[in-house]
Amino acid sequence: MLDAIGVGSIEELFDRQIPAAVRLGRPLDLPAGMAEQDVYAHLRELAARNTSAEDEITFLGAGMYDHYVPAIIDMLLGRSEFLTPYTPYQPEVSQGSLQVMFEYQTAISELTALPVSNASVYEGPSAVASAGYLARLANGRSRFVASAGLHPHSLDTLRTYARGFGAEVVEVPLADGLTDPAAWAAAIGEDTCAAFVQQPNFLGAVEDVEALAAAAKEAAPDAVVVGAYDPIALGILKPPGECGVDVCVGEGQPLGNRLDFGGPSFGFFAATEAYLRRMPGRIAGETTDVDGRRGFVLTLQTREQHIRREKATSNICTAQALNALAGVVYLSWLGRHGLVELAELLLQRTHYAREALTALDGVEALHSQPVVREFALKLSAPAGKVVARCQEQGVNPGLALDDDVLLVAITEQRSRADIDRLTEVLGAAVAAEREAVHA
Amino acid sequence: MSAVETIFEKGAPGRRAFVCPELDVPQVDGLLPDRFRRSEPARLPEISEPEIVRHYVNLSKKNFDLDSGFYPLGSCTMKHNPRLHERVAALPGHARLHPLQSPAHAQGALELMWNLERALSEIAGLPHVSLQPSAGSHGELAGVLLTKAFHSDRGDTRHKVLTPDTAHGTNPATVTMAGYTVVKVGTNPDGGVDLDDLRAKADQDVACLMLTNPNTLGVFDPNIAEIAEIVHGVGATLYYDGANLNAIMGLTRPGDMGFDIVHFNLHKSFTQPHGGGGPGSGPIAVSDRMVPYLMNPRIVREDGRFDLRDTSEKSIGRLRGFQGNYGCFVRSYAYIRSLGAEGLKDASETAVLNANYLLARLGPLAERLPLAFGKLCMHEFVLSGSPMKRELGIKTLDLAKRLLDHGFHPPTVYFPLLVDEALLIEPTETETKETLDAFADAIAAILEEAAGDPEVARTAPHTTPVRRLDEAGAAKRPVIRQSL
Repeated sequence: MLDAIGVGSIEELFDRQIPAAVRLGRPLDLPAGMAEQDVYAHLRELAARNTSAEDEITFLGAGMYDHYVPAIIDMLLGRSEFLTPYTPYQPEVSQGSLQVMFEYQTAISELTALPVSNASVYEGPSAVASAGYLARLANGRSRFVASAGLHPHSLDTLRTYARGFGAEVVEVPLADGLTDPAAWAAAIGEDTCAAFVQQPNFLGAVEDVEALAAAAKEAAPDAVVVGAYDPIALGILKPPGECGVDVCVGEGQPLGNRLDFGGPSFGFFAATEAYLRRMPGRIAGETTDVDGRRGFVLTLQTREQHIRREKATSNICTAQALNALAGVVYLSWLGRHGLVELAELLLQRTHYAREALTALDGVEALHSQPVVREFALKLSAPAGKVVARCQEQGVNPGLALDDDVLLVAITEQRSRADIDRLTEVLGAAVAAEREAVHA
Repeated sequence: MSAVETIFEKGAPGRRAFVCPELDVPQVDGLLPDRFRRSEPARLPEISEPEIVRHYVNLSKKNFDLDSGFYPLGSCTMKHNPRLHERVAALPGHARLHPLQSPAHAQGALELMWNLERALSEIAGLPHVSLQPSAGSHGELAGVLLTKAFHSDRGDTRHKVLTPDTAHGTNPATVTMAGYTVVKVGTNPDGGVDLDDLRAKADQDVACLMLTNPNTLGVFDPNIAEIAEIVHGVGATLYYDGANLNAIMGLTRPGDMGFDIVHFNLHKSFTQPHGGGGPGSGPIAVSDRMVPYLMNPRIVREDGRFDLRDTSEKSIGRLRGFQGNYGCFVRSYAYIRSLGAEGLKDASETAVLNANYLLARLGPLAERLPLAFGKLCMHEFVLSGSPMKRELGIKTLDLAKRLLDHGFHPPTVYFPLLVDEALLIEPTETETKETLDAFADAIAAILEEAAGDPEVARTAPHTTPVRRLDEAGAAKRPVIRQSL
């Protein structure tokens, strides 16, 4: 090979191209390579030092949920033909990936009752921030009004992005677990660029999105109303497209994606027709080939960075195609009635858990609003310490917020027996902590 | 062949795959007021598991993939994806770990992330790493926002970011998203940055220069030290787009070249499978002066224990939820531990060797497909199809489509923009000489065929599941979901 190139050594290829002054004249200071079985053993040992959802009964949620991932997802995502191609730039040999995108867009459009969906963005909170950028480009204003019921990571990410493209974020507080309607209406004015609400909100409460969207439109007809939704709750909740939401985004992890300590998952991004040409990311469209056969291509690419460069609607390139495939397979596996049944089951078990836990001494509901799959409790003991005590008993009771708030999430993998065990362990932990304070 | 049907056109009312767990708690009515309720179920498919499996397996067969064939897509680094990585990423201790698990119960994950940060730091030659960004363009956004925070902390308002005309499209798009104006810098006859143009444009209003080195022409810019001096001389930061890092691992380091910020594409250089368009992961490494602005939270190590903490009030904040794409970290960490220091260097050396060998094998075709810049190349190179188009009457697009009939994925085409009829070819280190020879022979055969009958290439491909598709029509009358 060197002869064909006309050089004497591989070294010469580098010597002739990279100045000596910037060459690394020593080996990288990294461990030596290892055999496959040794790498496996090392990674297995690291995994063993984590307490996963397989090792304890977990009620952690707050954005990512321990739903069951059906076996067909592992099988389909493991196929070379889905796992190893690049973005489908050559549609003639990418009809599989492109049709998956088209089906995914259809499923998200149905779920949200909005006509336009892209083929996925990175994940939930950055999807919220990307919706802010869409609004900024759409109406040119620079004031975001955001409910404090947004996931804290969404609020933080929105602020980070907004500092870049020049927008401020005004937070609207919660009152009794819900976005305070009076404060919301007062915060929105003619200079408002976009208004953000989460459904259900971070404390699990079902918001009156329809009323909030109507109030926003009344105060600022051109403002973009952004809803961040839990896709499982959409099985039974009135869809954003029927509530006056212009852009619906959300974390797609609950749809057939593993927890993976936070990623990769996908973000979904749907909108009304008006924003079709302002969407970020890839969109697949239906067309025909020269023989008249049905086919699919990446479309409306004049929005995108590789064509429009500095005038693009987003900088996003590689996103989450494989995770979105898991999403559409999961929604097909659940099916039209299965998604409703799943959400109804969560609704019932969540109610059961909320009743059982608030009956405990030293535990009360933080709010009494309707919830679907998650709720917040106020403890009369330090939440962090209560969580630690429960974990010693093999139960992770949820996420400790502030000093005395606990956020508890239910999935179909948490049975009545699991909830009864949580009730027993949490009751004992709260009692023990209260005793420790008095002692 | 059967008609193309989507999953929404298959199945029948009443069919299903899912069996809902039993309702094991007392049923209570009226938990959700009617006004919040959906009136009709979402019209999702009604379909059985065997039908779902058959549908998606058959769809998959319409894809070209890296496991089946050569995929020399320039600037995308389509190298082999070791299957060990899928196995370790699927271990429940990684795959079913909740992102809000307390650090005390996630020590293995945090140690893995810490180790990966240290390895990426050493490879980049920059001391601090954040793994948070979700992909390369997200890493770019992080880097430009860090730059903005850096300047504003000094009371310095700057408006412009310089990008070469060879830059990836994500660079200028990122600049706009971060609230800056793009100023393009020209390319010199050797394929590097035009230093006179850079000097003319580098003023006190410039916040940053974003550079890829080697760039998208496969050219390593030998003037990098001088470029860094000019940029730093006006108080701007120097940003390294890591899309082409596969050329230099263990051989030269962005930090040693003077860069302040680097992003990595774990889905390129570090074998995260591309998944047909993601997931990716885009960690960044930065110099000491940028560290106060790095994203929260960061991994800290104290007395051998790991924790996640917000370490700086000057931080730009979060760019996304949780800790980043951990599943990608597991795979890339496994890759780095498998190869080790020597193996990574060997990977880059072989990538450059393979690219130069393929370039040499295509040398006899240089009258029709000349190398756009230089004589040698790094891990990729750019040919111009301009003479081919003029003399044989086939465009770069036709050559690309005809390659599909030969069983190869085409190179990147029509990029970089400054080369007419560009073909950007990156073979990677995991391809054999036999594959490179076969690819070169296929290109020669296509040119020879075109000399006799250009129509074959012009109407190619002929053997794929569909032939050329009407993209203009798709954009003019967008149909982006199944009508039901």
